[in-house]
Amino acid sequence: MSPPLQPIIEAMAARVIAAAEELTALDSAIGDADHGLNMKRGFEAVLADGANIFAKPLPDALKAIGMTLVMKVGGASGPLYGTLFMTLGKELPNEPTMADVSRACNIAVDAIKARGKADFNNKTMLDVLGPVTSHLGSGAANFDSIRTVAQESAEGTIPMKAIRGRASFLGERSIGHMDPGARSSQIMIDAICDVLEGKA
Amino acid sequence: MSGNVGIVIVSHSPDVAKGAADMVRQMVGDEVPLGYCGGDPDGGLGTSVEMIMAAIETAWSDAGVAILVDLGGAETNSEMAIELMPEERRSRIVICNAPVVEGAVMAATEASGGGSLADVKRTAEELSPQ
Repeated sequence: MSPPLQPIIEAMAARVIAAAEELTALDSAIGDADHGLNMKRGFEAVLADGANIFAKPLPDALKAIGMTLVMKVGGASGPLYGTLFMTLGKELPNEPTMADVSRACNIAVDAIKARGKADFNNKTMLDVLGPVTSHLGSGAANFDSIRTVAQESAEGTIPMKAIRGRASFLGERSIGHMDPGARSSQIMIDAICDVLEGKA
Repeated sequence: MSGNVGIVIVSHSPDVAKGAADMVRQMVGDEVPLGYCGGDPDGGLGTSVEMIMAAIETAWSDAGVAILVDLGGAETNSEMAIELMPEERRSRIVICNAPVVEGAVMAATEASGGGSLADVKRTAEELSPQ
C-alpha cells in the first residue's frame, strides 16, 4: 500500500475546518472553547504549506505536518496531534504496509500518552485513537469497521469523567459531553477511510 | 545579570504574562534574565510553542531557565518547546509546578540571589500543595 498522502491530508483538513464550530461547541461544554478554532488554524497552516509538504517523501511529509501543527495550533492539541504525525513520520517507511501502519500507530499512541501524561479512559483523543489502533492490529479491520469503532469510541467518551486537561477541572460535570479531542480524532479517521475507499 | 538562572513566564493571556513579568522586574530589576509570552499564534487566548521557544531564548542563561506556566496547554506546549531546543540546553530548562504569578516572583527572587536551577525550582514549588 502506498498511501496517497495529499488527498488524505486535504480531506482531513477540509473536514476538521468544516467541523470547527462543532468542535468548539463540544469544547465550550467542558473545556475552553478553542479546540475547533485551534485545529482549524493548524490545518489551514498545513494546507498553506502543502506545496512544500507534499513534495517530500512520506516520512518527511508526516514530520512536517506534525511540526506545523505543533507550531500553529496554539493549544495542547497542537503538541498532541503534532506528536501523532511526527511519530508516524519517524516510524513509517516510504512505502508502508498495513503491518507498518499498525505498528507505527501503536508507537504513536504511546507517544501521545507520554506527551499528555494521559491514559485510556481519561476522556481524551486516546479513547478513539487507542481502540482504532487495536482494531487495525486485529487483522479483521475494514473501512466500515474502522469507522464504526471510531464512532462508537468517540460516543464512548460521553459518560466518561475527565481526568486530564481543562475538562478535569469540572470533575463530575464533565460527564455527559463528548470529548472534543475524541471527536476530532474520529473526524480525521473518517476522512482517511473515505479517501482510501474512494468515497472522498 | 548573566550568571543567574533565567525565568520564563508562559500564560494563556498576553496581559497576564506581561503583568507577571512587570511584577518580577519590580522585585528583582535586571538581575535576572526574563522572558515571557502569552496568547496563541493569532493573538487569542492560548499558548504558542514558537513564542515559548523565543521567550526561552530571551531568558537564556548558562545557569539554566525556569519556566512558570498557568494552565494545562501552557505546560504541554512548554514541554514541547523544551524538546525542540538544542540538545545541550534541554537538561538546563525546567518547568516549575507552581502558580504562575507567585511562582515567577519567588523563582526570580531566588535566582537574583544566585540560586541554582534546582534551588529556583524548589523555591517556586514551595508554593504548591504537596
